[in-house]
Amino acid sequence: MGLFSGRKHGGLFTFNRDDGYLEAILRDYNNLCQCDTLEDMKMHFLSTDYGDFLAGEPSPIHTTTIAEKATQKLVNEFNHIRNQAVEPLSTFMDFISYGYMIDNVVLLITGTLHERDISELVDKCHPLGLFKSMATLSVVHNVADLYNNVLIDTPLAPYIQNCLSEEDLDEMNIEIIRNTLYKAYLEDFYNYCKFLGGQTELIMNDILQFEADRRSINITINSFGATELTKDDREKLYPQLGLLFPEGTSKLSKAEDVDQVRGILEVYSTYRSFFADGVNNEKSLEDSFFEHEVHLNRMAFEDQYGYGVFYAYIKLREQEIRNIVWIAECISQNMKQKMNQYIPIF
Amino acid sequence: MVNPNSIASSDYSGPIDYSASYYGLSTYFIATIAPSTWGAIGIGISLALSVVGSAWGIWITAASLMGAAVKEPRIRSKNIISIIFCEAVAIYGIILAIILNGKIEKFLNVEFPATDYMAGYMMFGAGLLVGFCNVFSGICVGISGSGCALGDAQNPALFVKMLIIEIFGGALGLYAVIVGILMTTSTSIGLTKEYVPAPTPSPK
Repeated sequence: MGLFSGRKHGGLFTFNRDDGYLEAILRDYNNLCQCDTLEDMKMHFLSTDYGDFLAGEPSPIHTTTIAEKATQKLVNEFNHIRNQAVEPLSTFMDFISYGYMIDNVVLLITGTLHERDISELVDKCHPLGLFKSMATLSVVHNVADLYNNVLIDTPLAPYIQNCLSEEDLDEMNIEIIRNTLYKAYLEDFYNYCKFLGGQTELIMNDILQFEADRRSINITINSFGATELTKDDREKLYPQLGLLFPEGTSKLSKAEDVDQVRGILEVYSTYRSFFADGVNNEKSLEDSFFEHEVHLNRMAFEDQYGYGVFYAYIKLREQEIRNIVWIAECISQNMKQKMNQYIPIF
Repeated sequence: MVNPNSIASSDYSGPIDYSASYYGLSTYFIATIAPSTWGAIGIGISLALSVVGSAWGIWITAASLMGAAVKEPRIRSKNIISIIFCEAVAIYGIILAIILNGKIEKFLNVEFPATDYMAGYMMFGAGLLVGFCNVFSGICVGISGSGCALGDAQNPALFVKMLIIEIFGGALGLYAVIVGILMTTSTSIGLTKEYVPAPTPSPK
């Protein structure tokens, strides 16, 4: 992190030339308090950054509307930043949206396999991961069409071409496709952050390594019941980065049950505590992952002159929307005692 | 050794040995530059480099301040102070430039040139000193000012603490001005009214 070490964006002296304004625009971050009714919540939003994003919505408000509107606001902000960004920040922002594109592509493949109406699927896609060739989706009738006409034109094409063939789409389990794509994406993103260097590398390494480890652990735990995934295949799905790679992942690929996974992770101080109270309860393991992710993303906000904060902002906003929806659900279902179970951000 | 000033054309005795004189052959050209040139370069460097530092600092601070003020308008008035601190760095350069400018008279002191040379080199040195110190002081204030704007946007309690750090950064430029003034305070280039030539000793 030296002053003059090789990096592709500005450092202490010159970062603000291209990216200072956009970096600073992310630097306000409000927390949401708790309210009695959904109408109260709407009033409370007015005093936060969300402002009147619910204005014009007829009462009573549904939680789905809140989630939709909040996501829409996040997407608008993302596009605002993306449109103002110059290289190399713009490529970095594209990388963030690729993660959502993978989910959308997987959704499309699933939908096409089950011969669902395509336009109906597009509505369900995450708006951050929309891509241009979605306009040509109307001509798609089967998986071959999808592969040759649509997927090849997406920014994900290199990942798809390298790991999947046309026949794979028909035969492979959809979760395996998703994880294969995500592995390729994570490795590419990781290398790109290394290429950028500087503070970006410093912050993003931690975040992406954790993301990779989380996926490895989740793949392992989720594959215990499934018979179609051999141990060799399982190892192929693990991203080749992270604290667990290569020793931990090769151990994980041989694990038979959750207790063995816990034994393997005992060695890693970061992950030890996750299993301390989480081994019996799948939900709380997931929660501790989320909590650690939020912690890492907050670290990005302690830093300046790097792109980690752009990634962290999108991720924290996503978590915030999940929290808002959770609180709103609790309010609408009158389960106030569970309301505090959201993941605190700041 | 031959004194080059006393060579008559009749008793030429080989090439002149300049090492005997005050300036060696390789450095003699420095003495051919008029002292007022050194003074003028000093003035120019002092102001120009100070403005570089000041502008760089304002640029770094302002980019962050503008972005942060979009979502948190309350920080904009407070953080103008960071811009003012950067601006002060340029003012240091102006102060020294004005002081030096007042010390260059119209005509060189031909009668006793050593004081002119001394003054010229001192002014050049003071100009370099103030110029470069203010470049780095300005960048220092700018980077901490940028951090101050972002910190204030996230947590208002950080503002005063960051401001103190900025003041320390700004003090670096002040050191240069103090030393620069000390260097040039007793010197001046050219004939001043106070100068009285030393009386020539009577031939008694």
